[in-house]
Amino acid sequence: MTSLYAWGAVACIVATSTAGDVLLSRGMKQVGDFGEVRRRSGVLTLIQRVLQNSNFLFGVLAMAIAFYSLLFGLSWGDVSLVVPASTSLTFVTNAIAARFFLHERVDQRRWVAALLVAGGVILLAF
Amino acid sequence: MTFRRYLVLFGVSVFAATGDSLLSRGMKQIGGVSIHHLQSIILMVLNPTVALGIVFLLAFFACYMTSLSWADLTYVLPATSVSYILLTLLAKFYLHETISVSRWCGVLLISAGVGFVTQGPALTHKPRHAESTECLAGTVSPRTQS
Repeated sequence: MTSLYAWGAVACIVATSTAGDVLLSRGMKQVGDFGEVRRRSGVLTLIQRVLQNSNFLFGVLAMAIAFYSLLFGLSWGDVSLVVPASTSLTFVTNAIAARFFLHERVDQRRWVAALLVAGGVILLAF
Repeated sequence: MTFRRYLVLFGVSVFAATGDSLLSRGMKQIGGVSIHHLQSIILMVLNPTVALGIVFLLAFFACYMTSLSWADLTYVLPATSVSYILLTLLAKFYLHETISVSRWCGVLLISAGVGFVTQGPALTHKPRHAESTECLAGTVSPRTQS
């Protein structure tokens, strides 16, 4: 039963951290290249545009939920299961989500990179 | 990709790895923290090592947001996974942890993944909002050159 809770926490971490990354990425693209915005309108305008972006705010909220899910997951399961499983699965789900929600061109090169990093993260746990 | 942008990506990796290591060391100095003692959770940020770790993680978040403003998510995530390699090196030399052979194999796989993704373009989809602001400003984005 504890294992089921731990895997439930992993699923929650993966879903919310993927949502957080996708929302943050979309929000930052809406704000525009930080360097350009800063040169054109100044740092204060840049900070204001970031803080007023709803995707950024929801992204941070999703990341906060992911963090608390991680804390709960660590209390139910081993760190050697929860951390590598959630981190490596997030690399894969991010690639899928970026393809469909951010319309990024996830080619063979990026898939290989995501899978290599995901595999590497799993090995780091042992 | 300009040198400054590579520096931002390197910043994401360095600040994340250093912040995590400092938090790890700080939390070990504090000892066990219980969720039932909220006061101890609030007071733990007063530990200088934990506080410095939080500063580094804030710097990581700033660099991460900056990189996402001009690069794809599927580029930034594998490219900045250098932090796992740095974290392993910090664990060995700063925290004096024992690193197993499989962990070194993991570091090699991550290095290969980073090498793969950084050979390709940083941005594959130009957002509509950014296009419109550039047209209004009458400038050409350096993103199109990367």
